[in-house]
Amino acid sequence: MIVKGKKNFLQQFYVIEIARGLGITIKNLFFAPKVTIEYPEERRKYSERFRGMHYIKATNGVENCTACMLCPTVCPAECIHIEAAERPDKEKYPVRFDIDVLRCCFCGMCEEACPKDAIKLSTIYEMSCTSRPIYDKEFLLEQRGSK
Amino acid sequence: MTAFSLSVMVVKVIFVAVVLLTTVPIMAWVERRGSALIQNRLGPNRVGPLGLIQPLADVVKFLWKEDPVPAHVSKTYYVLAPLMALVPAFMTFAVIPFAGPIQIGERVITFQAADLNVGLLYIFSIASLGIYGIIMSGWSSNNKFSLLGSLRSSSQMISYEVSMGLSIIGIVMAFSSIDLGEIVSAQGQALSQIGGFTVPKWGIFIQPLGFVIFLTTLYAETNRLPFDLPEGESEIIAGYHLEYGSIKFAMFFMAEYMNMFTASGLLATLYFGGWQLLPGMGWLLGALPLTGMSHDWARVILEMTSFFLKVGFFMWLFVWVRWTLPRFRYDQLMDFGWKVLLPLSMANICVTTLIIYFGWV
Repeated sequence: MIVKGKKNFLQQFYVIEIARGLGITIKNLFFAPKVTIEYPEERRKYSERFRGMHYIKATNGVENCTACMLCPTVCPAECIHIEAAERPDKEKYPVRFDIDVLRCCFCGMCEEACPKDAIKLSTIYEMSCTSRPIYDKEFLLEQRGSK
Repeated sequence: MTAFSLSVMVVKVIFVAVVLLTTVPIMAWVERRGSALIQNRLGPNRVGPLGLIQPLADVVKFLWKEDPVPAHVSKTYYVLAPLMALVPAFMTFAVIPFAGPIQIGERVITFQAADLNVGLLYIFSIASLGIYGIIMSGWSSNNKFSLLGSLRSSSQMISYEVSMGLSIIGIVMAFSSIDLGEIVSAQGQALSQIGGFTVPKWGIFIQPLGFVIFLTTLYAETNRLPFDLPEGESEIIAGYHLEYGSIKFAMFFMAEYMNMFTASGLLATLYFGGWQLLPGMGWLLGALPLTGMSHDWARVILEMTSFFLKVGFFMWLFVWVRWTLPRFRYDQLMDFGWKVLLPLSMANICVTTLIIYFGWV
């Protein structure tokens, strides 16, 4: 569809209009704030709800997880594998807590399901690596970034 | 030809070639940074201060990339086409004077690589050769998009060359010469006095309409936006250089920027007094405590500075317009060329004839 705008006599010559257009671009060149984020030095600010890499929250050096198996149950990608055991004080704890992060779809259901606030998703999003890692408990316990 | 004049000639040719080759990386940087800043981005700013070394990195990339020849192309013409585009681009700048003549002893040295008395015709004929490279690349690539690009390019160049030639006739009549050196010298005279300010007899003041037509047709001739239909990234991907890569693509790229440089030089020469000093520089030259030869050389340096400043402005205008205006539709392009620019340039000739007849210029 061709839309024909109304033009007055001077605008039909386009010369003045082109000059005005040039004025707009040069104004943008000098004065407009630039939107580029210079990546390694600056980072994009993500919201607090961002779902990035997992971590296991610990209290006094002991993980909050009680190996209740709610997160592997709810996980749609089936990427959490937990082996439970008992502590001497009869408390349940995970011997192994592996997350196959390549299968993870970062839906955050594990975080929602967890009654102990143990598994959480941080705001870390730089997860590219050269191998295909399965993150274990020691790796996940390290607090690299939290909300 | 004596040894002296031969050596002078060699120095001039080398100077012009070096200037042309230096412009390409600088313009690549200006284009990338300028476009980025206009679009509120930052552009390449990592390699060197302000990203100034970026073109060098680009060159290294172009040189080291694999240079494949697609299986479906017509090989001879495919290889020949970038050369056909590049060589005329190198040649056109030869006749543009970039400083006033200087007298050393008996001899007068003119600052242009080739001092032709038909300079303007030379530029037009050689610049028209550039289209062969585009047509050959489009045809030999054996690709629909390339062919469309080269077809568009050829029709566009033919249509706009008519108005271009006619718009120049006004200047040729006003200065009664097609020798670029003479045209520039003639622009040094005063046209009129307005208050305490002397208006020089620059082409823009006696041929304003001709200037607008010439500027527009130059954009079409150099295939720059808003006339970049041969490339038309969004429609025909890259047009005629679609099948080219590495150094062959770089040749087309260089040819484009060299053509821009020559076009800017021609604009400055015909309409903005060429090497005539910019306002203020004449006063500066008078204020310098120099005499004899050193005064002459100072004059030459100032003239070269003002010429390249003018050329630089028009180079920037090419970039500036590119990131301001959208591309023409093909029928609009033809309408504009044949129904607007051609009658306007004819009218310009008539008006100029009257002006000259009544002796106002």
